[in-house]
Amino acid sequence: MNAFSESLSLAAGLVAHLDAKLSGIVLLSLRVSLTATALAALVGLPIGAAIAVGRFPGRHALTIVLNSMMGLPPVVVGLVVYLLLSRAGPLGTFGILFTPTAMIVAQTILITPIIAALSRQVVADAWSEYREQLTSLGATTPSAALTLILDTRFALATVLLAGFGRAIAEVGAVMIVGGNIDGVTRVMTTTIALETSKGDLPLALALGIVLIAIVLIVNAVAQYLREWARTRYG
Amino acid sequence: MADAMVASGLPIVCAGIGVGHNGARLLHGIELTVERGACTLILGANGSGKSTLLRVLHGLAAPSGGTIAWGGSAHRPAGQAMVFQRAVLLRRSAAANIRYALDLAGVRGSEADARIDDALTEVGLRALAARSARVLSGGEQQRLALARVWALSPEVLFLDEPTASLDPGATHEIENVIGALHAAGTKIVMVTHNLGQTHRLADEILFMHEGRLVERAPADRFLKHPASREAAEFLEGELPW
Repeated sequence: MNAFSESLSLAAGLVAHLDAKLSGIVLLSLRVSLTATALAALVGLPIGAAIAVGRFPGRHALTIVLNSMMGLPPVVVGLVVYLLLSRAGPLGTFGILFTPTAMIVAQTILITPIIAALSRQVVADAWSEYREQLTSLGATTPSAALTLILDTRFALATVLLAGFGRAIAEVGAVMIVGGNIDGVTRVMTTTIALETSKGDLPLALALGIVLIAIVLIVNAVAQYLREWARTRYG
Repeated sequence: MADAMVASGLPIVCAGIGVGHNGARLLHGIELTVERGACTLILGANGSGKSTLLRVLHGLAAPSGGTIAWGGSAHRPAGQAMVFQRAVLLRRSAAANIRYALDLAGVRGSEADARIDDALTEVGLRALAARSARVLSGGEQQRLALARVWALSPEVLFLDEPTASLDPGATHEIENVIGALHAAGTKIVMVTHNLGQTHRLADEILFMHEGRLVERAPADRFLKHPASREAAEFLEGELPW
């Protein structure tokens, strides 16, 4: 218990004094996960909306696959991306293995199914309400899908925050494709794992505090956004 | 009111229309021609097929039997609009909801601005143009739905119980807008349960019973001397509404 208290006190000091090493790790984590979330949104939102609004053979099977992929194990994603990006892999010529770019790729692959599956559900619910009206107004399927993405933007923002939460909290994929290189690819989760194994608990605990704080802030923002949107837009 | 540039979707000719859903027959052998002019109200008990017929006429529901043609074409024309029992509005301002509909119809720029202003003025919502549509009252939302229709200047307007959930004051305002649309040349085809509204608006009545078109008659004659037993029972309140 004393060791825990001592570690907690040291961790609080690191956070309070904005320790340079700590700040660098946090900023890299945010850069990687925010970029991955943005890329996953670009791919996942249209896929989700298309499956929700479109009518094509295999749609239900695709929905099942997408829902299943929400549970992709990060280490498996990391392994596959590692094999693709390794020197002998099909994308080895890009030379991005053990760089933040590789970590962004892995996290994008990890959370795109989450964003696509959750946005499909959000847009499908809206489509059941709007379908007849939009059809009556002459909206085409792509136009209706875009309209629904815009109209459900606040619910979809929550979906994106869920994707971001998953990305920033995962450790397996970024550990494999990033290599956890100090000052280059070391992010919060990989640092926590490393420092814990080394017995340097204050830094690990400080990063844990920051990570939890980020998740709390993300959820607070999502909650505030929902409340504000309901009041402002109905 | 109707845009002369759009090919006419009238008359709407239904020949032997049937609609089935999950083994149930919702419409049977509907023979009907909807022509320009009269304000047509569709009456009937719950489950009689009124709303299904309206959706078939608007092209939202495909018949499982028979044929339908709009102005001689098998394709639904652009010059139609529909107002639903509960207004379906996007999460954007009142004016932006109308702009969205106009944009889909290919009306943009200053022409769209003028139509939006005119439509909102017509339904008395000009002061609320910038207000988010989804936070308006039920009556205001339905008036906005009608303003959207007004801006589109449809040749035919279908309405599915547009005042079902509104108080008498809001109902009166909606009826005024429907009357103005009809006076401006839009063909009105409306489902209602409200006999007072039928007296006020209808020129002719289509009476549905158990998926069949039982009677079609001028409103005055139908309300005083219904020809069918089912219509007489309905008017006497002996059929469930």
